[in-house]
Amino acid sequence: MSEVDQIVPTEVQEEKQYSYLNLGPTHPATHGIFQNVLKMDGEVIVDSTPTIGYIHRAFEKLAERRPYNQITPITDRLNYCSSPINNMGWHMTVEKLLGVEIPKRVQYLRVIIMELARISDHIVCNAVIGVDTGALTGFVYLFQQRELIYEIYEEICGARLTTNIGRIGGFERDFSPKAWEKINKFLTDFPVVLKEFESLLNRNRIFMDRTIGAGGITPEMALQYSFTGVNLRAAGVDYDVRVASPYSSYEDFNFIIPVGKNGDVYDRFMVRQEEMWQSVSIIKQAIKNLPEGPFHAEVPEFYLPPKQEVYNNMEALIYHFKIVMGETEIPKGEVYHCVEGGNGELGFYLISDGGRTPYRLHFRRPCFIFYQAYPEMIKGSMLSDAILTMSSMNVIAGELDA
Amino acid sequence: MMEAAAQEKIISVINEKFEGEILEAGMIKDFFNINLKSEKIVDIIRHLYNHPDTKFQFLTTLCGIHYPDQKQIAVMYQLHNMVTNQRLRLKIFLPEENPSVKTLTTVFAGANWMERETYDFFGVNFEGHPNLKRILNVEDMIIFPLRKEYPLEDQTREDKNDLMFGR
Repeated sequence: MSEVDQIVPTEVQEEKQYSYLNLGPTHPATHGIFQNVLKMDGEVIVDSTPTIGYIHRAFEKLAERRPYNQITPITDRLNYCSSPINNMGWHMTVEKLLGVEIPKRVQYLRVIIMELARISDHIVCNAVIGVDTGALTGFVYLFQQRELIYEIYEEICGARLTTNIGRIGGFERDFSPKAWEKINKFLTDFPVVLKEFESLLNRNRIFMDRTIGAGGITPEMALQYSFTGVNLRAAGVDYDVRVASPYSSYEDFNFIIPVGKNGDVYDRFMVRQEEMWQSVSIIKQAIKNLPEGPFHAEVPEFYLPPKQEVYNNMEALIYHFKIVMGETEIPKGEVYHCVEGGNGELGFYLISDGGRTPYRLHFRRPCFIFYQAYPEMIKGSMLSDAILTMSSMNVIAGELDA
Repeated sequence: MMEAAAQEKIISVINEKFEGEILEAGMIKDFFNINLKSEKIVDIIRHLYNHPDTKFQFLTTLCGIHYPDQKQIAVMYQLHNMVTNQRLRLKIFLPEENPSVKTLTTVFAGANWMERETYDFFGVNFEGHPNLKRILNVEDMIIFPLRKEYPLEDQTREDKNDLMFGR
């Protein structure tokens, strides 16, 4: 038999041609540095491969060389839309390790700050969902209010975005009358604007058609993928760290945990919207019941003394030197502390071997954990829904990449 | 804070099927901690997931810890039962050279990236993982940076040209 006879003609197959689209790393619609290689059949997404790590800054390694009070600025840069929550979470973790009793007033002040941060985080996310569906007006309205929150931060700690607010043991100073004035102004102005924003979007036919059923997830899947925060609650699981394991006197407050049903973009939007109302109510309760007392715990070995005393008082000078040089006595131990961050359970797993720096510090970053479900969530949906799904999940690049 | 009865229940659930796997168990601060042998860790977690008395059906986090003195790398799993609000930490210790353990992705889909991160930083090989490659660091990196033998750069070094980066 000749060679020619052996050749079997290959069957002609109608092979489907997919196109590949690089969404990112820097795409104006993704609000951060995310790369997704999308396998597309027309405008429908067949598969996607996310690449992360573009702004990885090795926080866990850096933390192994820094004294405890110098780690607070690192936490700022995790979820930079709500830095104060991260700062407070870190302070509370160290206080748990040290076994420091925190005065009631500090806890209430912390609640006020954390709830303001939650509102500002939700403002960013919900306003941007509006932008991605083509409604820019609400974004402008709400971002003015976010500016007011930043002014409150500025009044309390001097910084706006990466706040480094508070200290281990309390606050660096009490809230000034000007700060209270600004908080009260915010509490009277904000509900009006939020109401206006809701009237623009909540029952808007175009917005509802666009968001209902897009990027949904079942509660079973959400739990499988270790979702927390708004994304989990929108799927119908009522887990909130503030209620499940209360910290900083959250047990004293009366508030509702809103839950969704379908876990889609609309539910996530609505859950955030309701949480903002609840946060306003929590802040009002905190101001109403604010106890009198000191603004920091009496722990001179960990809390920086006032500068005036450093110049005039021997002990204060010694403590100041020790704290600044990171030579404080830290007990050995292992703690996990979690707070309800802007987008989920933000956990700090800290191992101390008694040295000046942590032996190991692991951040449980909610974004990093739930973003892995993103390919699953956008499979079979349109490209424009994929953009919307990402912005509604509140994925923050800084937290994702640590 | 977990009561003593709840702690004993978890230990008895593990011992029911996996006798002799527990190395040590006890409270560390407010957290119940169990150190286990590494071979059957995934089966134990699956058992704790399915058993009606424990039902630890949520994986909070997973991370590695390097102990150069013991020449060990620990892997920490943190589980959560959201119904009873109990939390549990499991730890296994692997040798520093070629640490290897079965993957948890068969029980929790969310363990995928957590394990990739642990591989990326500690070089722990998770057997059976669907896509075990680096996640946050560049792919051609040859070291596992969170191991203790790789210190951060000495800030007092003087052999660097500081024209570009200002140090």
